[in-house]
Amino acid sequence: MGLYEISLATGVGIYIILAVSLNLITGYCGQISLGHAAFYGIGAYTVALLSKMGWPMYLTLGAGFLVAGIIGTIIGLASLRVKEDFLAIVTMGVAFLFVGIVRQQEFLGGEMGISGIPSHGMSKPGYLALVCGFAILSILFSWYLKRSWMGFAFDAVADDEKTARVLGLDIKAYKLTAFAMGTAIAGLAGGLYAYYTRFIVPDTFGFIESVTILSMVAVGGIGSIFGVVIATILLVLMPEFFRFINDYRLLLYGVLLFSVMRFAPQGLAGFFSYLVKRKEG
Amino acid sequence: MLFIELFIQGLIQGSTYAIIAVGLTLVYGLLRVLHVAHAGLFTLGAYLGVAVTNQTGSLSLGILVAALAAGIVGMGIYRLVYEPMLNKPPYVALIASIGLYIGMEELFRLVFGPFGLSFSSAPLQTVVVVFGIHLRACQIIAVVTNVVLLGGLAWVAQKTRIGTGWRATVDDPQMSACFGIDPIKVRYRVFFAGSALAAVAGVLVALLTNLVEPTMGAVPSYKSLAIIVLGGLGNVMGTLIASLILGIIEAFGTIYIGDFLDRDAIAFAFLIIVLMIKPTGLFTSR
Repeated sequence: MGLYEISLATGVGIYIILAVSLNLITGYCGQISLGHAAFYGIGAYTVALLSKMGWPMYLTLGAGFLVAGIIGTIIGLASLRVKEDFLAIVTMGVAFLFVGIVRQQEFLGGEMGISGIPSHGMSKPGYLALVCGFAILSILFSWYLKRSWMGFAFDAVADDEKTARVLGLDIKAYKLTAFAMGTAIAGLAGGLYAYYTRFIVPDTFGFIESVTILSMVAVGGIGSIFGVVIATILLVLMPEFFRFINDYRLLLYGVLLFSVMRFAPQGLAGFFSYLVKRKEG
Repeated sequence: MLFIELFIQGLIQGSTYAIIAVGLTLVYGLLRVLHVAHAGLFTLGAYLGVAVTNQTGSLSLGILVAALAAGIVGMGIYRLVYEPMLNKPPYVALIASIGLYIGMEELFRLVFGPFGLSFSSAPLQTVVVVFGIHLRACQIIAVVTNVVLLGGLAWVAQKTRIGTGWRATVDDPQMSACFGIDPIKVRYRVFFAGSALAAVAGVLVALLTNLVEPTMGAVPSYKSLAIIVLGGLGNVMGTLIASLILGIIEAFGTIYIGDFLDRDAIAFAFLIIVLMIKPTGLFTSR
C-alpha cells in the first residue's frame, strides 16, 4: 500500500468506529440520533486541547472517550425524555448547538479551528494498525453486547417500548446506557481523527456529518454490525471510485440514500439475508 | 429605538419561518413524516421566482409560477416518495427525505451554477420610513404577503368544506374516510398548498437578500423543523406562534448573546430548553 491508500484506510477505520457506535444507539436501542457528529467533535476537541498541553497520546484518547461519554450521558438524560420524531429533532439541535458554540469560543479556536496538534509519533502504517485495532475492538464489543442479556433488553426497547416496560425493564436506564456507550466510542473516534489530520475545524462535526454517519447505519441495515461495516467501507470509498464524475458525487450520494430507503429499507443486511434465503429455499 | 427595530426584524423573519413551517406541520399532522425535502421546494420556488421575474419583468408572475410549479413537484414527492413508505418505521421516510434534499440541492447547483442567482434589477427596494423606522418596501410586502396567505389558509381550513375535510382527516383518517372524504385527495391538496407556500417564502426571501443559492433552504428548513416541534408537532396555530417567537428571540439573541452562540444555534438552544421543561413543545400536539 502506498501512503495514499494507508491514509484512506485510516479514514475508513475511523468511520467504522463511528458507525458502529451510532449503531449501538440507533440500531440496538432504536433511538434515532441526528447529532452523533457532535460527540465525535467533542472527542476531537478534547484530544486536540489536551495533546497541545503536552498530555501523552493514550491519556488524551482516554480523556476524549470519557468527556464525550459524560457529555453524552448528560445530553441523553435531557433528550431521552422525548421520543421518536421529537428525539430526531432534538439531536439535530445538538448538532447545530455544538457547532454554534464552538465557532464562538476563542479558546477552541473559533471558526479557524485548532491546528498544530502534536504528531502521534508513529509511522503511518503503525497508526493505521492502531485505528484498525480500535475498530475491531468496537466491532467485537458491539457483537458481544448484542449477544448479552443487555443486547436482548435493547432489542425489546427498540421493538416495543410499552411491552418492554410491562416486562419490567427500566427503559430509561437502557436508553441512557446505549447513549453513553455510543457517544463515548464516538469520542474515541474523534480523538483518533484529531491525531490523524492534526487540524480540526468546527464544520467537520456539523449536521451533515451526523447525517453521513446515520446514512452509513441506515444503508448497512439498522442494527446489523456486518451490514453497517460493509456500508461504511463502501460509502467512504465511494467518492474515490466516482472521482471521474466528481461534480455529480453528492447528487449520487443523495440519490443512493433515497433509493436504499425507498426500495430496500432493510439496507444491505436485508439484501444479504434475502440472498441467503433464496439459496436455502 | 433599537428595541422596536429588533422587534420588527424579528417579526419579518418570524413570518417567513411561519410560512415555511406551516407546510411542514400540515404534512406532519397528516402523515407523521418529517419532510426535510420541503427545503428543496423552498429553494426551487426561489430559483423559479427569480428566473421568471428576470425574464418577464413581472414579480407577481414569478411568484405565481414558483408557487404552481413547487406545488406540483410537492404532490409528485408525496406520490413517488412518501406514499410507498407510510407503513415503514418513521426513520425510513426521514432518511429518504434527507437523501432527496441532498439530491435536490446538488441538482440546483448543477442546473443554476454554484454562485447563485440574483434579480437583474431587484424590485421593491425603496426605503420607506414608518414612525421613524427605516424599512425596505420588500420587507413590508413580505410581511403582508405572509399574513394574507396564512389568513387565507386559516379561512380555507376553518370555513370551507375542503378545509373541514383536511381537519377531519388529520384528526381521524378512518372515520373521515367513512364520511366520504377521500384521504388521498386531502394529502395531495396538503402537499400542493404546503409546497406552494414554501415556494412563495423562497421568492420573498430572495427579494429580501437578493441572492438565491443552492444551499439557501438548509438552515431555514432545519429551523422550521425545530419550530414545528416547539409548536407541538402537527398543531398549526402553535406553529405560527412559535415561528414569531423564534424570529424575535433570534433578532434579540444575535445582539445580546451573539458572542457566545451563533445565530443558527439560538433556535436550537431555545428548543432544547423548552423541551426540557415541557417535553411536548410549547403547545400541546394533536
